[in-house]
Amino acid sequence: MLKVIGAADIEDLFSSIPKDLRTKKQLDLGTPLAEPALLEHLKKLSGANKNTAETISFLGGGAYRHFIPSAVSELAGRAEFVTPYTPYQPEISQGTLQTMFEYQSMMCRLFDMDVSNASNYDAATSIAEAALLSRRVGKKRKTFCMPDNLHPEYRDVVRTVLGNDDTNLCTLPSEDGLFNRRALKDSLNDDLAGVVVGFPNFFGIVEDLKDVADMVHKAGGIFIAAVSEPLSLALLSPPGSWGADIAVGEGISFGLPVSFGGPTLGIFTAKEAFLRNMPGRICGMTTDTEGRRGFVLTISTREQHIRREKATSNICSNQALCASTAAIYLSLLGKNGLQELADLNLGRAEYAKKRLTQINGVKLKFNAPAFNEFVLELPKPANTVLAALLKDNIFGGIDLGKWYPNLKNCILVCVTEMISKNDIDLFADKLGTVLR
Amino acid sequence: MSTTDKYTSCGPQLEEQTVFEQSVAGRQGFSFGPSDVPGIDFKSLYGTLSRNKAAELPELAEVDVTRHFTRLSTLNYSKDIGFYPLGSCTMKYNPKVANRAASLPGFSETHPHQDPKTVQGNLELLYTLQHDLAEICGMDAVTLWPAAGSHGELTGILMIRAYHKSKGNPRKKVLIPDSAHGTNPASAAICSYEVVQVKSDGCGLVDPEDVARHMDEEVAAIMITNPNTLGIFENNFKKVADIVHSKGGLVYCDGANLNALMGYVRMGEIGCDVMHMNLHKTFATPHGGGGPGSGPVGVGKILEPFLPVPIVVKRGTEYVLEENRPQSIGRIKSFFGNFGVLIRAYTYIKELGGEGLNAATRLAVLNANYVKARLKGAYDLPYDCPVLHECVFSDKIQNEHGVKTLDIAKRLMDYGFHPPTIYFPLIVHGAIMIEPTETENKALLDRFCDAMLSIAKECKETPDVVLNAPSKTFRRRLDEVQAAREPRLKA
Repeated sequence: MLKVIGAADIEDLFSSIPKDLRTKKQLDLGTPLAEPALLEHLKKLSGANKNTAETISFLGGGAYRHFIPSAVSELAGRAEFVTPYTPYQPEISQGTLQTMFEYQSMMCRLFDMDVSNASNYDAATSIAEAALLSRRVGKKRKTFCMPDNLHPEYRDVVRTVLGNDDTNLCTLPSEDGLFNRRALKDSLNDDLAGVVVGFPNFFGIVEDLKDVADMVHKAGGIFIAAVSEPLSLALLSPPGSWGADIAVGEGISFGLPVSFGGPTLGIFTAKEAFLRNMPGRICGMTTDTEGRRGFVLTISTREQHIRREKATSNICSNQALCASTAAIYLSLLGKNGLQELADLNLGRAEYAKKRLTQINGVKLKFNAPAFNEFVLELPKPANTVLAALLKDNIFGGIDLGKWYPNLKNCILVCVTEMISKNDIDLFADKLGTVLR
Repeated sequence: MSTTDKYTSCGPQLEEQTVFEQSVAGRQGFSFGPSDVPGIDFKSLYGTLSRNKAAELPELAEVDVTRHFTRLSTLNYSKDIGFYPLGSCTMKYNPKVANRAASLPGFSETHPHQDPKTVQGNLELLYTLQHDLAEICGMDAVTLWPAAGSHGELTGILMIRAYHKSKGNPRKKVLIPDSAHGTNPASAAICSYEVVQVKSDGCGLVDPEDVARHMDEEVAAIMITNPNTLGIFENNFKKVADIVHSKGGLVYCDGANLNALMGYVRMGEIGCDVMHMNLHKTFATPHGGGGPGSGPVGVGKILEPFLPVPIVVKRGTEYVLEENRPQSIGRIKSFFGNFGVLIRAYTYIKELGGEGLNAATRLAVLNANYVKARLKGAYDLPYDCPVLHECVFSDKIQNEHGVKTLDIAKRLMDYGFHPPTIYFPLIVHGAIMIEPTETENKALLDRFCDAMLSIAKECKETPDVVLNAPSKTFRRRLDEVQAAREPRLKA
């Protein structure tokens, strides 16, 4: 090879790097490990964790642990889905593209929206994109509002992207866990760009927000719904039916392992009017030169590789494989399976709610309807209770005091189909003991 | 035998209807079994908030779903099927052990809201990966949370903005060479910076004089890809960095081409203040048909206070998540980045070690130079300067026969190869950008070069074959204009 190149040594190929710019350091990354030793090392490392499969876990808060059917992991794990590049060459990428098209169709149907992109990073960055979109579409409008019952990490990400110095980003205090209409009133003017709501919100509450959508629209702003547990939409009226201009979501629930919270799947859907302002890749149907149906990436003139600084977003790589996984998962469960699963979640969560609030001193913090997650108020500080439960191999929930000083004794409890009735009974017994 | 017959054949490629077209009412591919708790009537619980009509998801048996997606998968070209000479994308082979590592239940079954004391394994992995990436780039600290390269760029520019703001003026402009990736100007624009284009010289390199001309105290930073998008090392990098630093600006490095530098150059040592890395390129994590990727960002000391939260730190023997960092730009993604991708990159680094990564760079550069040498002459080389890991040709010679880059790219498919990156960088008219990576052997590279040379010959002798390519793929050329004009984006 060197002969063909006309070089004497591989090192000669690096002669374009000036000597004084080269490093003198040997990279210190430890001794290389062959596969057996490497796996041994990784098993040891992963074994240093306490994982939710070897415990009973009531952790949710935006990352919901659901059963992953064997067919889903096997199909989504096929190298033909895992190892291709972005399908910029459609003639040899019809597998990824048609899957993308089917994914988009499923998201539109589930959220009752007109268009979906092929994925964003996660729900949090999708809201940030929606916020930027609302300002772009709103021209001079700057105000963006989010209630404090929206996932705290989503709010953090929006603040980061808009900038810590952004004075037009406001957080609305919630009232009894619910969206506070009075707090929004001050922002209902011609500076309002957009408002985002959580559905269900961070406390698991399902609330009627149609009147909020109307208020936002009347002021000329864009109304955004964020769904961190999209499984709930099997039972709940979808955002498109109560006025969402943009509906985003977190797709971990659709066949992805929780995996410490990533990879995630940012779902981004919108009403038709916003199509040409959307971020991210979009797949569309077309025909080839012989008139046969095929799929391509389309409406690309929005994107950074064409529009550069005028693009609607800087996103390039997305979470394609996660979207493919969601499409496979939703195809397998189908129309009835998804509803069966949602029913199961609701049933177990309601049972847990009833069972746990029978414990002396344990109260349901908010009375509004919920899906698979709810807030309990404990008679003792949450962190000590959770630490005690962990000794019995139970992750009892999320300590809300971390984000909400007024909810110091409160925990967010999530119950999915992975939690059996026996698990709930055991949790109730142990919690009772801890609180005694 | 036609020219391409020794490369490709027409296998059983099955037409596949959409999953919706195959749906039959009442079918269900999966059941969760009976419930052990009383059912809840959701309609009475939610009232007007209940869904009145189930979402029209498809209804299929498991076998149908399995066949559908298996058949679709066979319509994809993929790294495991063959060669991807995609310039700037570093499509190297993805070692299988990394997938196995990421699916260990000890990792995959951990939850982001667990008490940090119960995820010490995860935190040790992240802490070590922060260190290793910093070591490779010569940076002082690393954040692992950005989900992709352009997300890393956004994170980097937000830090630059926060840094300047802490000095009293966020500044107004970012300098970007005309050869840059489109994500660079797009990321700068999100942070409200005006993008100022810097011209490149005869070798496509950043021209220090042009930088000096544009440099003033309103320039926040310059964003440079090194080696640049032509695969050429920016030998004036240090000089450019000095010019930018002298006016108080910062130097951002787009690390898309880090595969050319491992063990040779550490950007932090030559004036770079902040750079992102693409783990799905340099560190061999699978591309997944477009993602998930991962775009960690390394910074020098001066930007460390501005890193996104949390940072994984070690206190004594315990790993902790440090959240309380008053100057931080804040959180950039929910939870802990694309953790599964981070596990894969960690696995790759531990398998290769420092010398292994250095060898990867050596072989990647050897392979690129070999392809360049073999194709030179048959294809126009607009910048004939020494290259590292990739080389960029143009379609100038083939234009004489009415053939364009797109046609050549499509014809390569008939030879069983994925096309190179085309029409990028923008400074090359009709660019054909080839990056073979280190994971291909000589025999494969020869097959690819033979195919390219055969196509060059076809352009002269039988241009119609090239103009009508591909002819052996599952679909012929697809009408992208029609797709954009009459969008059909869902079933």
